[in-house]
Amino acid sequence: MVGGKVVTMAQAIQRFVPDGASVAMGTALEPLIPFAAGHELIRQRRRDLALVGPISDALFDQLIGAGCVRRVTAAWVGNVSEGLGHCYRRACEQGIPAPLEVHDHSNFSVSLALWAAAWQVPSLPTSSLLGSDILRTNPNLVAADGLVHVQAVRPDIAIVHVQRADEHGRAHAWGPLGITEEAGLAADGVIVSCEDLVDSSVTLSDPNRILFPETKVVAVVHEPGGAHPSPVQGHFKRDHAFYRDYAEQSRSVAGFEAWLSRWVFDVPDRASYMKEIDGEAIRITHHQFSAPADFGDT
Amino acid sequence: MVAVASREIRDGDLVFVGMRLPILAYAVARNAHAPNARGLFEVGLMRDQPASEFLGTMGDPPNVTGALWATRMSNVMALMAQGRVDLGFIGGAEVDRFGNLNTSYIGEPSRPKVKLPGSGGGADIAILSRRWVTLMSHERRRLVERVSFITSPGYGDGTPGWRKRNGLLGGGPVAIITTLGVLRFSEGGGEAHLASVHPGHTVADVRANTGWDLKVADDVSETSAPTDAELAASRRFDPEGFWTGPSARSGGTSP
Repeated sequence: MVGGKVVTMAQAIQRFVPDGASVAMGTALEPLIPFAAGHELIRQRRRDLALVGPISDALFDQLIGAGCVRRVTAAWVGNVSEGLGHCYRRACEQGIPAPLEVHDHSNFSVSLALWAAAWQVPSLPTSSLLGSDILRTNPNLVAADGLVHVQAVRPDIAIVHVQRADEHGRAHAWGPLGITEEAGLAADGVIVSCEDLVDSSVTLSDPNRILFPETKVVAVVHEPGGAHPSPVQGHFKRDHAFYRDYAEQSRSVAGFEAWLSRWVFDVPDRASYMKEIDGEAIRITHHQFSAPADFGDT
Repeated sequence: MVAVASREIRDGDLVFVGMRLPILAYAVARNAHAPNARGLFEVGLMRDQPASEFLGTMGDPPNVTGALWATRMSNVMALMAQGRVDLGFIGGAEVDRFGNLNTSYIGEPSRPKVKLPGSGGGADIAILSRRWVTLMSHERRRLVERVSFITSPGYGDGTPGWRKRNGLLGGGPVAIITTLGVLRFSEGGGEAHLASVHPGHTVADVRANTGWDLKVADDVSETSAPTDAELAASRRFDPEGFWTGPSARSGGTSP
């Protein structure tokens, strides 16, 4: 079903993420990373993006290696189970494929930068980061009066992957949320990709679980497997082997280019990609449902 | 290393667990001597029981099932800012004699020789938790006289009262646990000293592999070997040796 806010990933990226956009992704940290959206950015050869996120397990590394990125505002860029991000290293150390501007943060300060933007204030103070040299390299962290003032970071767009959403953009996610809520509130717009596109009666049955106001959501993409290789509670385990393989291949530029051809340029969309992976090995089959909440009113 | 790290966890502690070996250390402590500890994860989780299956990251589904709290990161950071986190674990690529950690840049930040992944939550833990511990492969290139970039501050320049003077709320590092031994800090911080040496190694080994003239405690001892219970718990939670085997990913830096 495509219509209204419901579009394909290619359409969502084409319409809402122009060259030069600032984009928040990977906001739930290790789970629910919108890899399908990231790969579509690479396929459409976006340039000069300013990425915003906490740790971006491997996704930011891929976008940097593909030459899509001008600036990274993040606490950590690498491969969580394997270690260093090889494309990130090449960009920072050698300017390959392009020089990269880095705004270093901690996890807490990325969150505060987004809350500041969400609340429309220039900065929020914290007692974290005092004594850290991160203050020396990031002009948006200002020490004054015994506190660190974290300047607001306002993404143009936040892209999230969730378990389910409806056609209006009411998104349900569960498990840890990281900085997802503040990223969605801070951004001008939100693209939601989801495992299941559900009827509004499902999302509205539990309004506490809706992540953002629907008025923020500009596009809804039904994209099963859109977070692979990151985990999705109730749907997919983390594909550790896939992360390991990426770490190995991305050690060299040639290896990374081959990886990119195999998994991004040679697959037209996520549905084709999902046919190439061993989905059964990582699919969660033992379901554990929460007890329903009673929203009765009369 | 895992067993030694687990002993830093006291019963009843609220522990900011993080990733990699500390996840195992937490599981070992819960099963050995700290049955009332609770773990916090910056992804937005609190747990009591360790996850029942292997974890590659703190956000893996088995770490969510059975959680005491699944929430947003800023809520977890709020507890730490309030001084309610007793112990944190931080990974690092480099540590110096004053317990400062570098996980950002080797060399000049504008043109680094090595770009490391960054702070993750490390700087927050170093500044806000009541006490913290780092785990490190013991090599001269990792245990250095002074780190070139302080991502996560320990005791700064080592002068008395450095943390307080600079407004850091938490207490600072209490131990550097390495593959060769345990370095500790005296009350009030300052410079690390060698407190114990793991079985099979010598004080001379440790000093030779340290990038500064390491002080040795008068009562330096041999680290107690892992108990059967500690080993059993470690094997149960890392059955394939992903974190603890011969090619384990223990030396890196995690978010």
